[in-house]
Amino acid sequence: MVDAKKQDVRSKFPPVENGKSRYNLNSGKYLKIWQGPQHPGVTGNMSLELTICGDEVVDCKTHVGYLHRGFEKLMERRKYIQCFPLVCRICVPEPDFNEYLFAVCAEELAGIQVPERANWLRTLTLEMARLASFLMWIGGQAGSLGMGTIGQWTMTMRDYMLDLFEELSGGRVYHMYIIPGGVRADLPAGYGERVESTLKQVEKVLKDVELSLMHNYVFKKRTKGLGIITPDMIDEYGITGPNARGSGIKRDIRKDNPYMVYNQLDFDIITETGSDAYARTWVRLKEMYQSIDLIRQMMEKMPKEGPFFQKLPNVLHWKIPVGQTYHKSESTRGEYGFYMVSDGTELPRRVYVRGPSYTHAVTLMERLAVNTNIADTAGLMVSLHTYPPEIER
Amino acid sequence: MSLKDIIAPFSVWKRAFEKPYTTRKPLDERPGAPRFRGFHMNDMDTCIGCGTCGEICQNEAIDLVPVSGTRHGDSGLRPKIDYGRCCWCALCVDICPTSSLGMSNEYIWIDNDPEVFRFIPGHDDKPWNNSELGYRKAEGYDLLDGKRVEMPMLSFEESRKSFIEMVQGYSVEQAKAEADRCVACGICVATCPAHMKVPDYIKAIRDDDMDEGLKIVYNANPLPASCGRVCSHTCEYVCAVKHKGEALSIRWLKRYIIDQIYLGDYQKVLEEGEPGNGKSIAIVGSGPGGLSAAYYLSLLGYAVTLYDANDKAGGMLRYGIPEYRLPYDQIDKDIDYIQSLGVRINQNTRIGRDIPFLTIYNEHDAVFFSTGLTDPYGLDIIGEDLKGVIPGLAMLDDVTNGITPDIQSSVVVIGGGNVAMDAARTSKRLGAEVTVLYRRREVDMPAEEEEIHESQGEGCILITQAIPLRIEKGDTTRLKLYWGKAEMVPDGPGRRPKPVLIEGSGEMIECDTVIPAIGQAADFSFLPEEISSNLSFKRGYVEVNEFYQTADQKIFAGGDIANPQRDAISAIANGHSAAKGIDIFINNFSDNRNTSGENQ
Ligand SMILES: Cc1cc2nc3c(=O)[nH]c(=O)nc-3n(C[C@H](O)[C@H](O)[C@H](O)COP(=O)(O)OP(=O)(O)OC[C@H]3O[C@@H](n4cnc5c(N)ncnc54)[C@H](O)[C@@H]3O)c2cc1C
Ligand code: SF4
Ligand code: SF4
Repeated sequence: MVDAKKQDVRSKFPPVENGKSRYNLNSGKYLKIWQGPQHPGVTGNMSLELTICGDEVVDCKTHVGYLHRGFEKLMERRKYIQCFPLVCRICVPEPDFNEYLFAVCAEELAGIQVPERANWLRTLTLEMARLASFLMWIGGQAGSLGMGTIGQWTMTMRDYMLDLFEELSGGRVYHMYIIPGGVRADLPAGYGERVESTLKQVEKVLKDVELSLMHNYVFKKRTKGLGIITPDMIDEYGITGPNARGSGIKRDIRKDNPYMVYNQLDFDIITETGSDAYARTWVRLKEMYQSIDLIRQMMEKMPKEGPFFQKLPNVLHWKIPVGQTYHKSESTRGEYGFYMVSDGTELPRRVYVRGPSYTHAVTLMERLAVNTNIADTAGLMVSLHTYPPEIER
Repeated sequence: MSLKDIIAPFSVWKRAFEKPYTTRKPLDERPGAPRFRGFHMNDMDTCIGCGTCGEICQNEAIDLVPVSGTRHGDSGLRPKIDYGRCCWCALCVDICPTSSLGMSNEYIWIDNDPEVFRFIPGHDDKPWNNSELGYRKAEGYDLLDGKRVEMPMLSFEESRKSFIEMVQGYSVEQAKAEADRCVACGICVATCPAHMKVPDYIKAIRDDDMDEGLKIVYNANPLPASCGRVCSHTCEYVCAVKHKGEALSIRWLKRYIIDQIYLGDYQKVLEEGEPGNGKSIAIVGSGPGGLSAAYYLSLLGYAVTLYDANDKAGGMLRYGIPEYRLPYDQIDKDIDYIQSLGVRINQNTRIGRDIPFLTIYNEHDAVFFSTGLTDPYGLDIIGEDLKGVIPGLAMLDDVTNGITPDIQSSVVVIGGGNVAMDAARTSKRLGAEVTVLYRRREVDMPAEEEEIHESQGEGCILITQAIPLRIEKGDTTRLKLYWGKAEMVPDGPGRRPKPVLIEGSGEMIECDTVIPAIGQAADFSFLPEEISSNLSFKRGYVEVNEFYQTADQKIFAGGDIANPQRDAISAIANGHSAAKGIDIFINNFSDNRNTSGENQ
């Protein structure tokens, strides 16, 4: 927001006093509108309190609190194994990161080593989840800028990915597949072929998406220059994932702190330099191709057999020694982390979930929304790829 | 902005000609994947109602509700699932020890009555009840452990030569690992004659809280050092974890607790009894029944006097069960603690011979007797009275008394129960060659499986379907035992087949000693006519009510003479019930209930 001293009466921006914008809503110059919590443009249950001048946003306050389910607290009242079906629900489109991080924290504190194959199967699910999550995000990105049809194609592809999850884990949305100790089941017979045929279909649709979105005059016009994240903002706001990579920052936990089998896979960090919504869209689109490639690599390189689950102590009264740990992984939206504290009892003392959307949707959005058109706020928000469920847990 | 940016988007027009992806219900069916976590199904006959599914469910979606009459080892309950709470995580399926619970791949269920979505899978009639597809626990993934922590034992090489205790006991780590396998369902509690709180003391082991363990154990069993070794462990036969392989080693975990605590420390841990109430109780027989009654009565404040015909207390625990299974110092540990509460034990005092029954009957406020089975059954064959025919009980009794029985170098034991096994293995330890003859098949043997297995490991030869015919004086050996082969003939539905001698079959074994061990009966001759005529007897048992009270209000009875299980833990349970019964009787119905303390 602009400095009060430089205030020009013709400016659309209200004067700032003590760091706060002061606008007189009775002046007729400003209007306050709420976008959300029920709005297709706000990626879930949160809302933007926009102050507008004409159709331009001069101030934005983000509001959360519509979706607090208290998962972190619930976990303090549940045995470790009972937390396992809970954690996936923290983030609907991409539950598997929660499963993985919960498991790996518990395993580290309990001193449990999972079999090698479990790590391959886990990584496989994480990349499948990434692909499925991005397929949903495209729908939002295109739809929020008036291109709803593209979302229909990609949601279908996401559904085909969910078919694969259903076959592997027994569930479409909440997979509950990565469990402390490993995974719950091996690949079904002939799974590889079905994965490949789905990937082919997805690839075909992605080509069409590329043509109709990335080379689309309207899309370009509306997304280029929208929501520019400058390099100095990266660490100030704690920006991670494609939001950072879209601004040319080479930052990817899969490479920087490789976990599971990522260091056995061949891939590069994808970056774009545009720093705007368009650049971020490219990063994500390319990362979808990358996920497809990683899935193929894994299906090939993965050991063909071997145990996928390490027996746990009796989960009905599993006590984990006193300790604390933080694990992170690269989700579609950036750094996703779990901080777990054990006090030596059967219940976790504290499980803290670090979702990237907190920074991206709450603070970053407040800054980026200013000076955009109302009509672009939805597209902007989707371009940050945020999910309120992981903000509130 | 290039021309491509204008034209490219139009190139996807071709998609307009693609077939729609939508599933058109109800025209198209789309079954769930083979592993789909759909609606629950449960095999009613395999489910044991252990409730472990309900225990793990983090949504508390499962209630255990009564559905049928109770089978053995089955709580009679079945899981009822509330689909308003269930999140289809299938942890219930994963943990189910019997694998009875599964999920179908069915996922559409429409009804306008919300109540129906609380249902009992497998019990309520549902179209998916027999679905082949749906989620099952995968091979290679298991949340429970069906394998028992192996107990360190003497090898047969060593064990057959000595009376040293064979089972050596768990270490701390072993006991904790074994205790970890428990699912705490409590089916064992229901099955244990004394209803010991097994899951609770197993938890105490996991928590390393031996004091708590000792308290829990003593609440229902004052002879745990003995029971922890020789209990018939009916609990283990119904253990939910047994459905996954091997049952929890419940008996040995109990022993572990007792092994960890010195007798001298018991007093600091266990509850003190109530102050003396001025009433006195006489107990005849210091076997497990008598000792248990004595313990609980003295906790209630009664002055207890025990009378026993033997030199030492313990009954069959000491004079029947051999030392290699139950060392004497362990029986002593149990008895010493009971005695430390002030119980008076008069040894070498046979009621009916040394003191008339009526004397104790008149001198005390109530009498409890648990005199056990002391009269061995005869074989009823010719030659039974020859020298060298020694009843099993007598032989075991001798060994306890430090007398080496005159069995010489070859022995034939007749019988298939625990007494037969003990006699055989004791003979083996005394250096004899041992053959065991049993009338029926091995599966019919009443002796415990491990006893049979161990006796064979130690070199006893088992001959089944063998009926002894007659005993004669031997030529080179002391005796000759003639026996015939039996065939198993069906004996009506629901009954086990009976052995019938195959005519003309005849075999002979030369041996020095024949040990009949085919059972024993009670000896009620110590009861005078005016008492016994008031009591009622049925098939060798004295009849009692739920408090082990006989037809004479003032007389209570328990143990082998009053229960058909005829094992130590049942005798202990009877003693406990009788103690409660006596307390109720004296406080409410006794003639001198208001004269408390007056004649003291
Ligand atoms: C060889 C053998 C092995 C066994 N193995 C096992 C086993 O592994 N596990 C198990 O659970 N059970 C076993 N049992 C059974 C178990 O020992 C009995 O069920 C249990 O001891 C019964 O207890 P009780 O109190 O009824 O009488 P008992 O233990 O038989 O004790 C009766 C006592 O009463 C005394 N008595 C009798 N009449 C008089 C009288 N008139 N006056 C004074 N005193 C009298 C006797 O001297 C004796 O001490 C075994 C039994 C035998 C014989
Ligand atoms: S866990 Fe299995 S056996 Fe036990 S009550 Fe549930 S369904 Fe039945
Ligand atoms: S599936 Fe999960 S939530 Fe449902 S009843 Fe079973 S354990 Fe409970």
